[in-house]
Amino acid sequence: MIKVEHIAKKYGKVEALQDISFEVEAGEIYGIIGPDGAGKTTLFRILTTLILADKGNACLNGWDVRKDYRLIRNNIGYMPGRFSLYQDLSVEENLQFFASIFKTRIETNYHLIKDIYQQLAPFKKRRAGALSGGMKQKLALCCALIHKPLILFLDEPTTGVDPVSRKELWDLLKQLKAEGITLVVSTSYMDEAGRCDRIALMLKGHFLSVDTPQNIVNHYTDDLWAVSSCNMSKLLTDLKNYPAMKSCYAFGDVHHISLQQQATAYTTSQQALQTYLENLHHNELSIRKIEASIEDCFMELAARSSLENKKPKQYV
Amino acid sequence: MLKYLLEKEFKQFLRNRFLPKFAIVFPFAILSIFPLVTNTEIKNIRLCVVDNDKSGYAYRLTEKIKSSGYFILKAVTTNEKEAFELIESHKIDIILEIPSRFESDLIKENKASVLISANAVNGMKAGLSSAYLSRIIADFNQDIRIDLLQSTNQQLSPAFGITPLFRYNPLMKSLFNMIPAILVMLMSVVCGFLPALNIVAEKEKGTIEQMNVTPVSKFTLILAKLIPFWVVGFIALNICIFVAWLFYDFFPQGNLLTFYLFAAVFVLAMSGFGLVVSNYAKSIQQAVFIMFFFVLTFVFLSGLYTPAANMPDWAQLLSHISPLKYIILVVRLIYLKGSGFTDMLPQFFSLTFLALFFNTWAVLSYRKRKM
Repeated sequence: MIKVEHIAKKYGKVEALQDISFEVEAGEIYGIIGPDGAGKTTLFRILTTLILADKGNACLNGWDVRKDYRLIRNNIGYMPGRFSLYQDLSVEENLQFFASIFKTRIETNYHLIKDIYQQLAPFKKRRAGALSGGMKQKLALCCALIHKPLILFLDEPTTGVDPVSRKELWDLLKQLKAEGITLVVSTSYMDEAGRCDRIALMLKGHFLSVDTPQNIVNHYTDDLWAVSSCNMSKLLTDLKNYPAMKSCYAFGDVHHISLQQQATAYTTSQQALQTYLENLHHNELSIRKIEASIEDCFMELAARSSLENKKPKQYV
Repeated sequence: MLKYLLEKEFKQFLRNRFLPKFAIVFPFAILSIFPLVTNTEIKNIRLCVVDNDKSGYAYRLTEKIKSSGYFILKAVTTNEKEAFELIESHKIDIILEIPSRFESDLIKENKASVLISANAVNGMKAGLSSAYLSRIIADFNQDIRIDLLQSTNQQLSPAFGITPLFRYNPLMKSLFNMIPAILVMLMSVVCGFLPALNIVAEKEKGTIEQMNVTPVSKFTLILAKLIPFWVVGFIALNICIFVAWLFYDFFPQGNLLTFYLFAAVFVLAMSGFGLVVSNYAKSIQQAVFIMFFFVLTFVFLSGLYTPAANMPDWAQLLSHISPLKYIILVVRLIYLKGSGFTDMLPQFFSLTFLALFFNTWAVLSYRKRKM
C-alpha cells in the first residue's frame, strides 16, 4: 500500500530523515515509534504531500507523492499531532465542512465514525475550541475519516490524551483496520507499540528496526534485570560504575540493567551484583529478572546504533 | 467547493466577536473623528504683540489681527524679553514686534518694518501662522495707503492685488482633501491586511495544514479568503460615502460607478500585496510588522501629506509602486472635480499594472507544497 524508498530530508544542516525505506501492507496498523525529534512528523508530512523530500521516492497505493498528489489528497486522511480543526466552528459544522470539501455527506460513511461520534453528539453544538483534549482528538479523527480514506495517517494521536481515551482510541483504530483501512500511526509511547501489527523504531531520522512487536521483543538477547532500592538516584550512579555493566537506565520506578555477556551464570552474576550494591550500603535491595519490553529493545537498538555511528552518546 | 468554503469563512467572520462590529463602527468612527483631527487649517494661534510704539496705527494693526479669527491675543507688552519668556514657557506661538516710531516712520518716511518671530518647533504651524500674519499685515498696509492717499487727495498710485480662486475646493477645506484619503486607507485595511492576517492566522493555528491535505486547490482556498473581505470592504466603503454625505455634505461630483471600478482594481492590488506578505510571514506578529512598514511607506509616498513632486527623484521613482498614490488622486478627482473614466486612464493603467504585479508575485512566491 505504501512504498518508501530512500527518503531523505534536511532542514538547514539538520538531517531530519536519513535514507528511510519501508513498506506498509494494505490493511495493517503500522506504528512508527520514536522519541520526540526522531523525524516522525517530517516523514508523515512527506507522505501526506505537505512537503517534498530532498531525495527518494514514495508511493501510496501506486501514486507518487510528487506527481499524483491530487489523487493522494482525495484518498488519504491525515490527523496532525496538533489540533488543526476550526476552533470557532462547532463540532457539527467542522464535520459537515470536511465532508463537503471531500464532496461527500456525513451520512455516507457514518458507520465508520458512529462509535466516536456518538460520544461527541452531546457536544455537537459546542465550538471545537471549547472541547476537552480527548474530545478534540476524537473530533479530529472523525473529520479525517469522513471521506473513508484508503490510508489514514495519525501523527501522535494519543499525546496529551488521558489513559481511558487512549485505550478507546486504539480500540477504534482496530475497528478501522477491520473496515480495510490501512493505518500509519506514530507515537512516542512505547507501551502502545503492542497494539500495532508492525512497528518501526525510529531515532534521529532513521529506522532502527522494523518488525512485529513480538519479534522485536524476541530478538532481545541479553538478560534483563529490574533493580530497585530505597535510594534510587545513588543506585543509578553506583550501577553505572559497576564494572560488568552493559546498559542501565531508569524505567518507571525501577532501573533496568543488562550485564555484559561474559558474566557467568545467572545466579552468580546476580549475587555478585547484590554483594557489590550491599557493600555500597543500599537497603531494601531488589533484583529480579524480567522480560524485555519494546522500550528495552529500543534502548538496546539505540545504544547499538550510536556505537555503530561511533558517536558515543548516551541515550536515557 | 467555493460555496462551502465561503460559507465557512462568513460563518467565522460573523462569529468573530470583534470584526463585524469593527467593520461597521470603524467607518463611522474614522470619518467622524479623523477629518477633524487631521485638519491642516491652523486656528487659535496664540499671539503676543510687543508694542513699542503705542500709536494709533499699532493699535489698529493689533485689532485687525485679532478680528481675523486665526489669532488669539494672549498678551500685549512692551518688553521683548517678556515675550520670549512666554514662548519658552509654551504659552504663546508667535510674536509680532512693532518698533517704536512705527507710525511716525510710516508717515514721514513712507516705510516701516515689523518683526515676526514664530516658534518653529512645529515647523508647519510656524510657517502657516507667519504666512497668515504676513498677509494680514500686507492687507493692513493696503488699508493705510488708501487712508493716507485719501487724506492728501492725491491720485491712487497703480498697484495690483492678487485674488486666488481655488477651483474644485473653493473654501480650501482640508476636510475635502482628507476624506478621500481616509476612504482609501479604510479600503486598504479591510481588503488588504485583514485577509492577509487571516491567512497567516490559519498558518499559525495549523489549520492550513489540514486544508492542504484535502483536494481543495490553493487558488480556491485563497479566493474564499479574499471574497468575504471584498464584500465587507465594499460595505464599509459605502458606509463611508454615506457618512461623508451625512456629516459633511460631501458627495462625489463624478460617477459613483467609476469610483467603484477604481476601488475594485485598487482592492485587487492591495489584496495581492496582502497575499505576498502572507506568503512570507510565518506568524501574525511578523505579518503585522511587515504590513505596518509598507503601509507607512505607501502612505508617505502616496502624496497624501506632501506632494510627490516635492520628493527627491529616487523617492518619486519609488512612489510609482504605491497603489495609494493613484487611488488617492483618483478619489479626490472624482469627489471634487467630477472627473470621468477617460480623464483618469493613466491612473487606471497604473493600478491595473500594480494589481497584476502584486498578484503575480503572490502566485510565484507561494510555493505550493512548502509551508
